[in-house]
Amino acid sequence: MAVLEVENLGKSFGGNQVLKNISFELEKGEVLAIIGSSGGGKTTLLRCLNQLTKPDSGSITVNNDVIFDSKAGKLSDSELRKKRLHFGLVFQQFNLFPQYNVFKNLTLAARLLAKENNKGKSLAELNATYAEIDKKAEDLLKKVGLTEKKTAYPCELSGGQQQRVAIARALILNPDILCFDEPTSALDPELTGEVLRVIEGLKSQDNTMIIVTHEMEFARRVASKIMFIADGVIEEIGTPEEVFEHPTSEKLKSFFNKSVEVIAGKEE
Amino acid sequence: MFLDVTLNLLEGFKLTILIFLITLVGALPLGLVITFGSMSKIKFIKGLTKGFVWIVRGTPLMLQIILVFYGPGLIFHTNGLGRLPAVLVAFIINYACYFSEIYRGGIESISQGQYEAGQVLGMTKTQIFFKVILMQVVKRIIPPMGNEIITLVKDTSLARVVSCVELLKAAQDIVGLKAIIWPIFYIGAFYLLFTGFLTLLFGFIEKKLNYYKG
Ligand SMILES: Nc1ncnc2c1ncn2[C@@H]1O[C@H](COP(=O)(O)OP(=O)(O)OP(=O)(O)O)[C@@H](O)[C@H]1O
Ligand SMILES: [Mg+2]
Repeated sequence: MAVLEVENLGKSFGGNQVLKNISFELEKGEVLAIIGSSGGGKTTLLRCLNQLTKPDSGSITVNNDVIFDSKAGKLSDSELRKKRLHFGLVFQQFNLFPQYNVFKNLTLAARLLAKENNKGKSLAELNATYAEIDKKAEDLLKKVGLTEKKTAYPCELSGGQQQRVAIARALILNPDILCFDEPTSALDPELTGEVLRVIEGLKSQDNTMIIVTHEMEFARRVASKIMFIADGVIEEIGTPEEVFEHPTSEKLKSFFNKSVEVIAGKEE
Repeated sequence: MFLDVTLNLLEGFKLTILIFLITLVGALPLGLVITFGSMSKIKFIKGLTKGFVWIVRGTPLMLQIILVFYGPGLIFHTNGLGRLPAVLVAFIINYACYFSEIYRGGIESISQGQYEAGQVLGMTKTQIFFKVILMQVVKRIIPPMGNEIITLVKDTSLARVVSCVELLKAAQDIVGLKAIIWPIFYIGAFYLLFTGFLTLLFGFIEKKLNYYKG
């Protein structure tokens, strides 16, 4: 059974139709890499999934829970908030909270949610939940290799370290699907490796991920599915072999040619 | 005589401090309300607030004090406010408008990404404002707020226009009555001490908030 079902998703800004009839499915544990040239609509798709941008049409379903349906009525703020939690999002610019240390960045939202969900329960129960959250934060910090940075502030970390904190922060809420929007584009080239390794390490039967990336080699190695988007349309979707070895659409072929040129250009 | 004058001036200084403190207590929160008004999505409220802020910031505070003091009596034939209440109302409204613009600048300088990070983490709008945005805004507005609050110390002297005997008026009366000039220099020292203290205070707060950047 599919974790994620997207049907006929559409989005326009003014007269500019940025997403056109996007439909696809993801199974649990799959890693989907979305590639495509600038302005194709990759970020907009992720933002629609995370409900940061409201789609104009179509529907999104996660684990049989309808997150968005253009035909259904408007959701209340609190419903929207709950539905959003099916997804996690790691931003290109990290967006850590600068006034909090690493540990508090991880635990802040989880604690607020726990407080809300434990309404009416005893203080002891709430404290037990907090302790679980703290434990989980420690585990996640270990997973992203930043245990010793627990009390550091974001401004004291490198970009790569900040992005690893952001990944841990997104994971602490146990999203069904974790999305990454070009997680390494804002980083110096020598820092991309550490972040990509962490993402690769998350690959498992339980973690479903969607990664927008320009790192072709990484996409090919880590993804189980590749989606190529151009001008708001899914031009091609398939296994890495299919998409990389046997591209069928002209747009994808020329995209690969351009990527090769860019890489060649970099090496000069 | 020196003791006499000092006691007189201290009376005035008490009123100066009173105006200063009550203006802050009223204008700091009222400013936030005005900020929300001027950032409202409802066009009417936004327009109304911005127009109001424009008028208040675009006319002299002294004019506003006179208006609040004499206005109600002359226009509506009611009893009007007393001298001090009129001064306080005018000061609070005037400073709330200045503060609101500083707040707005601070709020608008926070990147959209901070709100979105809070949203994808399932936080409510209120939580995002109070837990994520507010402290960042406070840090950014401390320097301009420091300036504005030091200006307020000196502006309290405008209260004398409706015969509130604050520090400057107290000194002026003595100068006129006894034909001596030194009380003017004397109160200069009062103001310098007061603003000096505030400068140190704001420097301290800025330092306290320097534990992070951004
Ligand atoms: N808030 C917005 N208002 C108006 N137009 C927008 C908005 N967001 C995106 N667009 C437009 O939608 C199109 C797709 O943008 P999007 O950011 O999704 O592309 P992308 O594939 O992520 O590109 P990149 O690789 O550069 O990140 C662009 O033409 C962009 O100008
Ligand atoms: Mg993008």
